[in-house]
Amino acid sequence: MSDVAIVGIGIHPFGRTPDRTGLEQGAFAVRQALGDAGVGWDQVQFAYGGSQDAGNADTLVSDLGLTGLQFINVANGCATGGSALISAYGAIRSGQYDLGLVVGFDKHEQGSFRVRPADWGLPEWYGEVGFALTTQFFAMKIQRYMALHGITDDTLIRVAEKAFANGALNPNAWRRRALSYEEIAQSTMISDPLRQYMFCSPGEGAVALILASPKRAAQLTRKPVWLKAAAMRTRGAGSFEVFSPSLSVEDGEGATPIAARGAFAMAGIGPDEIDIAQLQDTESGAEIMHMAENGFCQDGEQEKWLREGMTRLEGKLPVNTDGGCLANGEPIGASGLRQVYETVLQLRGDAGARQVPKTLRTGYTHVYGAPGVSAVTILAR
Amino acid sequence: MGMEGRPLADHVFTWPSDNPALIGGVDSRGRLRFPFMGRPGETPVELAREGLLWSWTVQRFLPKQPPYLGRETKGEFRPFALGYVELPGQVRVETRLVDCAPEQLRIGMPMRLTIRPLFRDEQGQDLLMFAFQPVA
Repeated sequence: MSDVAIVGIGIHPFGRTPDRTGLEQGAFAVRQALGDAGVGWDQVQFAYGGSQDAGNADTLVSDLGLTGLQFINVANGCATGGSALISAYGAIRSGQYDLGLVVGFDKHEQGSFRVRPADWGLPEWYGEVGFALTTQFFAMKIQRYMALHGITDDTLIRVAEKAFANGALNPNAWRRRALSYEEIAQSTMISDPLRQYMFCSPGEGAVALILASPKRAAQLTRKPVWLKAAAMRTRGAGSFEVFSPSLSVEDGEGATPIAARGAFAMAGIGPDEIDIAQLQDTESGAEIMHMAENGFCQDGEQEKWLREGMTRLEGKLPVNTDGGCLANGEPIGASGLRQVYETVLQLRGDAGARQVPKTLRTGYTHVYGAPGVSAVTILAR
Repeated sequence: MGMEGRPLADHVFTWPSDNPALIGGVDSRGRLRFPFMGRPGETPVELAREGLLWSWTVQRFLPKQPPYLGRETKGEFRPFALGYVELPGQVRVETRLVDCAPEQLRIGMPMRLTIRPLFRDEQGQDLLMFAFQPVA
């Protein structure tokens, strides 16, 4: 079977853009991606897109042009972008289409996500007593992980320090000031053991990608980046997930390792062959756990990895080279595609001040979200 | 127990009772979960009153209202501890943790069920909810 090419990428800067709706940010990203690919909107045969809080993606046609193309909205929580990408990947690999768009955008209110317990099959009291917060879940997950695997606060701080250092080099990032180790270590405790500068914030942003079949890609001037694998998976029995009034006493596998295995099998390569990775870092703890859950290190090795700078831009496996969710914020519909955007940019060698200083052949992206979903992609030059 | 007030929600714990227990549900495939949701084929079952702390954190900012029922302001809000308590051979239950400073919480410490007033309704009546406290 043939691969799928990414031939164009576009991004609307992340952060807060009060004078632009989420849909307008989405259209901005699409125009940039079309320009990058060197194709016109009228040549795009199909689109998959989504946002959680910023409107229906297919509304974009009223701005971009009423060409009559197939446009399917995707709503899959934190895996919205990844799910849109997988859908487009399938549409091209099946031979149905040659050229398509994937777009994700969002615009959330300030502060923590407001949760309606009924949407998650939860009793109302679960929210009433003050439990329905994603921050608590991440804190309890890393709290136990640290106790089991000897991870210390030092590693949590170093993850955040790296994120903001990378964000400072990224003109599209929301948080572009490098924070010192001490600033992070002394920031307000939010949900023990996680502090203010260890959490990302809901935000705004948009990303668009143009995908093509190998034959169509050959007609374009830009050298494509190849999508070698795209996998979205749900949780196994007994995994520890957000919004769980109770858990099984028998530990099970979460969505991330299942998605990672699926993606590595599709690509036919292993974690050792990945040159850079973008791993969901909703907070410092998530990046640490996701390093192991995706197969890049053993549980507990993160302490050494972070201390030795192995995930910094010049390290063995640079992680979250654009500053991740910590520096870019979390617009749910856009985050997964931001990771792909960054990976394409790095593989092309176009990442500017934050370009990883070695020859890159492969990249990996990973998102995780409620209620236990994960989407992984593997890209290669 | 002589505690005034009413449960915040029905069928979460046995009440009134001198020895309350959480109510879990066993589905038709034999899987035990908490709380009992009254789904078709689901059977209620009383859960163990003691277990071991599995993980914990502290909620240090005022949760969004709604869904949070507390009517306090940002300035009035007092952080609360929460965690999962593993009831042996049953389930891990997410719960408020009381009668213990956060720095004393340790994974693996023995915890016991207690019922506490959490909020007041508009008539001034206490709304009761379950919590776990360290076993003295």
